[in-house]
Amino acid sequence: MTERLVIIGNGMAPGRMLEHLIEAAPGAHDVTIFNAEPRVNYDRIMLSPVLSGEKTYDDIVIHDDAWYAAHGITLHRGHRITGIDRDARTVTSDGGITAAYDRLVIATGSNPFMIPVPGKDLAGVLAYRDLDDVEKMLDATERGGRAVVIGGGLLGLEAAAGLKARGMEVTVLHVMPTLMERQLDPAAGYLLEKELKRRGIHVITKANTKAILGTDRVQGVELADGTQIPASLVVMAVGIRPNVQIAKNAGLEVARGIVTTDTMATSDPAVFALGECAEVGGQVYGLVAPLYEQARVLAAHLAGDTTPRFVHQDTPTKLKVTGIDLYSLGDFAEGDDREEIVLRDASAGVYKRIVLKDNRIVGTVLYGETADGAWFNDLKKKATDVSDMRDTLIFGQAFQGGAPADPLAAVAALSDDAEICGCNGVCKGRITGAIRAKGLTDLDGVRAHTKASASCGTCTGLVEKLLKLELGDRYNPATVQPMCPCTTHGHDEVRRLIRAKGLKTIPAVMQELEWQTSCGCAKCRPALNYYLVCDWPADYADDYQSRFVNERVHANIQKDGTYSVVPRMWGGMTSSHELRAIADVVDKFDIPAVKVTGGQRIDMLGIRKEDLPAVWADLGKAGFVSGQAYAKGLRTVKTCVGSTWCRFGTQDSTGLGIRLEKFMWGSWTPAKLKLAVSGCPRNCAEATCKDIGVICVDSGYEIHFAGAAGLDIKGTEVLGHASTEDEALEIVVALTQMYREQGRYLERIYKWTKRIGVPEIRRQIMDDLPRRKSYFDRFVFSQKFAQVDPWSERVSGKDKHEFKPMAVVGYQEAAE
Amino acid sequence: MSIWIDIGALDDLPLRGSRCVQTPTGKIGVFRTADDRIFAIRNECPHKGGPLTEGIVHGHSVTCPLHNWVISLETGAAQGADEGAVETIPVRVEGTRVLLLRSAIGARVAA
Repeated sequence: MTERLVIIGNGMAPGRMLEHLIEAAPGAHDVTIFNAEPRVNYDRIMLSPVLSGEKTYDDIVIHDDAWYAAHGITLHRGHRITGIDRDARTVTSDGGITAAYDRLVIATGSNPFMIPVPGKDLAGVLAYRDLDDVEKMLDATERGGRAVVIGGGLLGLEAAAGLKARGMEVTVLHVMPTLMERQLDPAAGYLLEKELKRRGIHVITKANTKAILGTDRVQGVELADGTQIPASLVVMAVGIRPNVQIAKNAGLEVARGIVTTDTMATSDPAVFALGECAEVGGQVYGLVAPLYEQARVLAAHLAGDTTPRFVHQDTPTKLKVTGIDLYSLGDFAEGDDREEIVLRDASAGVYKRIVLKDNRIVGTVLYGETADGAWFNDLKKKATDVSDMRDTLIFGQAFQGGAPADPLAAVAALSDDAEICGCNGVCKGRITGAIRAKGLTDLDGVRAHTKASASCGTCTGLVEKLLKLELGDRYNPATVQPMCPCTTHGHDEVRRLIRAKGLKTIPAVMQELEWQTSCGCAKCRPALNYYLVCDWPADYADDYQSRFVNERVHANIQKDGTYSVVPRMWGGMTSSHELRAIADVVDKFDIPAVKVTGGQRIDMLGIRKEDLPAVWADLGKAGFVSGQAYAKGLRTVKTCVGSTWCRFGTQDSTGLGIRLEKFMWGSWTPAKLKLAVSGCPRNCAEATCKDIGVICVDSGYEIHFAGAAGLDIKGTEVLGHASTEDEALEIVVALTQMYREQGRYLERIYKWTKRIGVPEIRRQIMDDLPRRKSYFDRFVFSQKFAQVDPWSERVSGKDKHEFKPMAVVGYQEAAE
Repeated sequence: MSIWIDIGALDDLPLRGSRCVQTPTGKIGVFRTADDRIFAIRNECPHKGGPLTEGIVHGHSVTCPLHNWVISLETGAAQGADEGAVETIPVRVEGTRVLLLRSAIGARVAA
């Protein structure tokens, strides 16, 4: 019979515990999780990169909904447990759910400590603990201004760097004389402070916060010496306290944390504690490596293996601030029985210190150059006698035995049981073994099979070296295809950084992302122009010199340098008046060819560039606007006659088509976007091979997408069903906006879909209604700036130079 | 003595852009690059005769709008794997005016 396992909390430790448990005893447990946060399990260590904009929330999700579903785990999100009844063996949530357990795991983590000063409850005073905090900080950064971070430890400094990267003026207040004093000695703390100041972050040490000022919202911070620092945002990152209330109320033994044995059992053998809330051997832990070790031990016990025990190990600390290399391990206090080796290189900003006791490493601080951290850690763990290499020890592994300073040599020389990934406790042998056994060729493969480099990512460089060592030239780190030879970034990277860094011009993008050419090329410039148009509709000034000629002159260039012109015919409907106007224009300008297009429009071919504005002027008088048949944007909405005429029509397909086209015309998309609406499943408008298609049925509208009928032939996927025309419109528009925001330039919707996956798109557009609405709203906002008829603009004189030669040099003038 | 023909004001040329000049010997493309240098070449891609003035200007090159050949504005030669070249025309800026060398325009007439 399956055992009922209830878990309170859904952080990284229980997530990891479940992974081990599912592997060791698949199907043996009926698992129910209560999570006070309304989310799935995500990587909290990566909140700082989300804050700084280097990653998004989606990047840091560890277990998505599909994972819980696949393993039959019930996850109650946003449910806080209000009580544990240990006699009845049940827990009850504030959402009114009571669940019975055979065994219970408490993994409630910790709470941020808020220093008890006046004003700590004002709006704008935040902790730095979960995604909600990060989202509030990001909100604040949009308004700009000044931020104060209280606490110069690991979290506080990462928060400060993130807020600075988002453009705020940041001051760090730290109560001790040097930063990160628990992990760094004063010398390294000084170097770190200097580097932060160089980056424009103010640092005040020995700063005692007396009060937080303000009436409703925070306005500043006052120190004990009377100094006042104005701030619209205050982040407190002074420490965490194990969240033990629920255990205390249940009568479990609690000290600083919930007291457990080295098998994670509390004073009640049916109840376990795991993670930051647990106290093992008198210690509580906050770094992920020991927590994952607890998860491994607990999973083994729950699966019936009673041998593993949790044993304390020192965990190295690294700061996740881009460009600052810092590594600290073990105990580095001075003492009579200790010796130290120090290396300083002021010009290179390098500081290294190794603390020895009985010729064995007990602690290490590395600043500026941290590549040897893993090696020092290995020597420390094994308590290796270093007497023989003392003279060169500080220079690192590459200098031992006179080996050449080959960057791979250091990694090659590591023993198989040397730890590479501290977060997940993965040693070198497991990684190289997996590379060989599973034929892995890239970082993602290693992450998937060993978890190495999958948490905080600071060991990524080491893992890459191992790949290089195993695969030689077969390893190609640039698995991301760069946009073009001007950059090493891929399209997705560029898009993300444009948003994260708030880059709003092409020169700014090229400068900040270190473009390797002075002004790009014909591949990247149109792509960047599109990304900027899409992401900053109100702010970005379209750069016509970065548009392909068709979009610059709003017509399609032909092989002989003439142009073709296609006016809009909404939904493919026209009239005698329109047809007469077209006939007149064809006669007047002696247009050599007129053709009906596949998208139900009329194309006039062979128009000289100089004639374009006059042609448009005449078409404009008849009410025509540009059909944008040249655009990476909304092209045509093809329709059938629908219920208005057809004896089979179920809905007004023509009307919906016209409505869609009038709503969406003018919008730029990553590649051309063609729509169709068919009035019944006979599908006369051929909607099932379009980028987006609607099939009307008796009960409403079936929304299709991701079809193709060009280079590739592909039927559409079904996105979902809409019961009203309004709903159909909202779905089509939201889908378009999602594609606009995520598609790579020139990537048609079916290729984008292949990359993202139909279920994910369905989840965002059909299941997540607030998200659908926000996509819709962003599209509507963007249209305010996009719906300007480019033809009438040019008839009124815009870009006049485009359509006239600069000069005409006559025969007389030219002849010698 | 070389004779130069005034074809217009520098301001008529957009940065990273181009204009074309009609002459008895065909069209000439005049280009202004991001670093504010001026170049002139025959406005016919050596590949299929595409109008180079309609292309995107980047660095000291232009990409033909028809089939993406990249042509050097300095030498007129096709870049990369493509082979071919267009004639370059001597051009200079005097104050705010742009001038082309008459003999280069008229060369074909004389020939």
